[in-house]
Amino acid sequence: MNRILILFAHPRFEKSRVNRALLQEAGRVPGVTLHDLYERYPDFNVDVEREKALLAAHEVIVWHHPFYMYGAPALLKQWIDLVLEYGWAHGPGGDFLKDKFVFNALTSGGARETYAADGFHRFSFEEFLTPFRQTAALCQMVDLPPFVVAGTYRLTEADLKIHATLYGDLLARLSRGDFRIEAVRRFAFLNDWLAEDAEGQRP
Amino acid sequence: MNTAFLQDALIYLATALVFVPVAKRLGLGSVLGYLIGGILIGPHFLGLIGGEGKDILHFAEFGVVMMLFLIGLELEPAHLWRMRRLILGTGVVQMGVTTLCFLGACLLLGFPWQAALASGLALSMSSTAIVLQTLKEKGLDRTQSGRSAFAVLLFQDVAVIPILAALPLLALYTAPVPAGASRTFLEGLPGWAQTVALLGTVGLVILGGRFVAVPFLRFIARLRLRELFTVSALFIVVATAYIMGRVGLSPALGTFLAGVVLANSEYRHELESDIEPFKGLLLGLFFIAVGASINFHLIVIRPLEILALVGGAVAIKFLALCLTGRVARMTFDQTLLFSVSLAQVGEFAFVLFSFMYQLHLLPAEWTDRMMGVTAISMTVTPLLLLVSERLILPRFGTRETEEKATDAVDLHPPVIIAGFGPFGSTVGRFLRANGVQATILDTDSDRVDLLRKMGFKVFYGDATRLDILQAAGADRARILIAAIGSPDINQELVEKVQRRFPHLTLMVRAQGRPDAYTLMDMGIRNIYRESLDTSVRLGVDALVKLGFRRYSATRAGQNFLKYDEAAMHRLAPHRHDESAYIFTTREQVELQERLLTHDREANPALNDHAWDSEVRADHPPDAGTGP
Repeated sequence: MNRILILFAHPRFEKSRVNRALLQEAGRVPGVTLHDLYERYPDFNVDVEREKALLAAHEVIVWHHPFYMYGAPALLKQWIDLVLEYGWAHGPGGDFLKDKFVFNALTSGGARETYAADGFHRFSFEEFLTPFRQTAALCQMVDLPPFVVAGTYRLTEADLKIHATLYGDLLARLSRGDFRIEAVRRFAFLNDWLAEDAEGQRP
Repeated sequence: MNTAFLQDALIYLATALVFVPVAKRLGLGSVLGYLIGGILIGPHFLGLIGGEGKDILHFAEFGVVMMLFLIGLELEPAHLWRMRRLILGTGVVQMGVTTLCFLGACLLLGFPWQAALASGLALSMSSTAIVLQTLKEKGLDRTQSGRSAFAVLLFQDVAVIPILAALPLLALYTAPVPAGASRTFLEGLPGWAQTVALLGTVGLVILGGRFVAVPFLRFIARLRLRELFTVSALFIVVATAYIMGRVGLSPALGTFLAGVVLANSEYRHELESDIEPFKGLLLGLFFIAVGASINFHLIVIRPLEILALVGGAVAIKFLALCLTGRVARMTFDQTLLFSVSLAQVGEFAFVLFSFMYQLHLLPAEWTDRMMGVTAISMTVTPLLLLVSERLILPRFGTRETEEKATDAVDLHPPVIIAGFGPFGSTVGRFLRANGVQATILDTDSDRVDLLRKMGFKVFYGDATRLDILQAAGADRARILIAAIGSPDINQELVEKVQRRFPHLTLMVRAQGRPDAYTLMDMGIRNIYRESLDTSVRLGVDALVKLGFRRYSATRAGQNFLKYDEAAMHRLAPHRHDESAYIFTTREQVELQERLLTHDREANPALNDHAWDSEVRADHPPDAGTGP
């Protein structure tokens, strides 16, 4: 069984109904550790040793955050800068994260189609996430496509329920190890992989 | 009261009052003022003081004794250890070369080798009193040459101990001490026993200082009677000097040792400031006496001989010092300054020559001449310094008056913390944890004692006394943290520091808002209300316990602190609107009211729209990037 560490970074979690729903669902999955960074480090003073111990105890790492200004909130960047140390996460002797899985789980106000060359935001999510992908590669981690809940302002309660359940399913499958990396990587979003898998299983 | 005594006192005081200001005005320095004054009132000119000049000299030597006590106090064993290479290096070279040169010169003059060696050692001494006083007055004590001069003087001061101990051994080979002539305890003993006794006494002073003097001072400090502490300080100095004198050792060395032993104690600054005025007075008297004791009779009879002796002695010393400076890799102008300032024969030579006379190492006529040479060379030193400063050094144009900021052997930490209660001690601990040393002053002797046991550099002393601040290095520190618990005392301290040490950055603890306003009126910029941060932190935690997100609560707390500081500055001008200058209870209540209104109007947490999705919702949803 893979143990999953969700590194959740949201400076205004109390106002995010989408993330509340996602985390509620995630909390139910066995083997998932929820780590609320803004609650733990309100002063941005990240405890590096503690974080390294947490990373060591998990096989799947999730950077779960709202997609603020095309990136992660400041504390997640702080976490990455401080914890992924040279000589530990990368560089000589830095192979403590080798072969762990990592992906972004993000929520965005803008709809999915606006993140395209001809869309309002002009670039795709994959393009905006390149720093994360290369960080993962630098640390010899296996990066998976992102899990994205886009267009959050327009989500109805029913939509929200579907997304939350999907997130729960995703974590459960990753936890069970019920996936093939090559297959997963063919998709832009983890959401798409789950959807097609569900299609395929349908008679 | 004996009017003769009053008359004498009047003469000395008036001499100081007339000549020192004049000399200072002319740029000659106070030492030369005293010396010239002494020469003029001496038996050879005005004759205001006659044969008793010699007695006065003996009495005033006590100023030198006190000065050495103070020098000792300045030198913690740790600092001595850090300066060891400088002290040993320059000291050994200077003394060795100078002694050898004089040894040769004296042999040429027909001295037996023992007398020549002893005289060489005595003549190699320089005058700590004159050099340190002069360098300090000219602000040269922090330069490379000043520091090296200090190192050499220190080495000499310490070297006198073994020299005094060794002189009786030299005397063994000339004439035995005649029986019945012994005045001191030592003189009746054989040479080896004298040496053993000398070393034993030195050990006694060290142990006594550590195990008797410190507990004694602690006891006195607890009584909180300032003058009694002064009495104790004087007692320690006088007692040490007496014991040393009793066994026939130099009192100056004894007190120097006592000073070094006490330099590690918490009473260092207090002792320093208590002894300082006495030292100043007696040293002035000493310089006057040196001036008065110059035997002009001898000069008149054999002017050329004395002139040649003085010139020769100063020249030999100067050249030997130049060599030392070269060895120590000083720049040319620093070497020159160093050599000129140390080229005189010092007051320890008086001690050594008279000891040699007692031991029959030196005949009376030579003792007289040597004493004369010593006194004249001391008088000439400030003049020589003046000449080199005015005429020689400017030609080279590279004179360094000030050291660079980086200073490996700086004796003074950059921070002074006044008041080491819970507030000050937290600051001190934090600074120390980050490798910043602070000099700490506190008046609670029990607390000082405890903290010292825990390894803090705490000194017992009233920080509102300017002399204590001076002794704690206020003129060299960069920051003074006023953390005294009582706002009144703290303000008194702030006022004094502003007036006397304007270069110091003041960081001040304030009890509350009224206190902070008073400090603001005094022009203080760095004010820290003791209850503010802690209260807000508690408030933040309370919000968290009520279910607030910790980060949001933290931000609200940070904003509140910022807002509160701003509000204080905004409301400051209005606080005297009600006419009364003194903060009345009514005024405080009104202020509190005004604050509360402000809080509601300008609640930073409510105005904080960061990451707000509600605001976003009014915009076309696709424009936003957040959830």
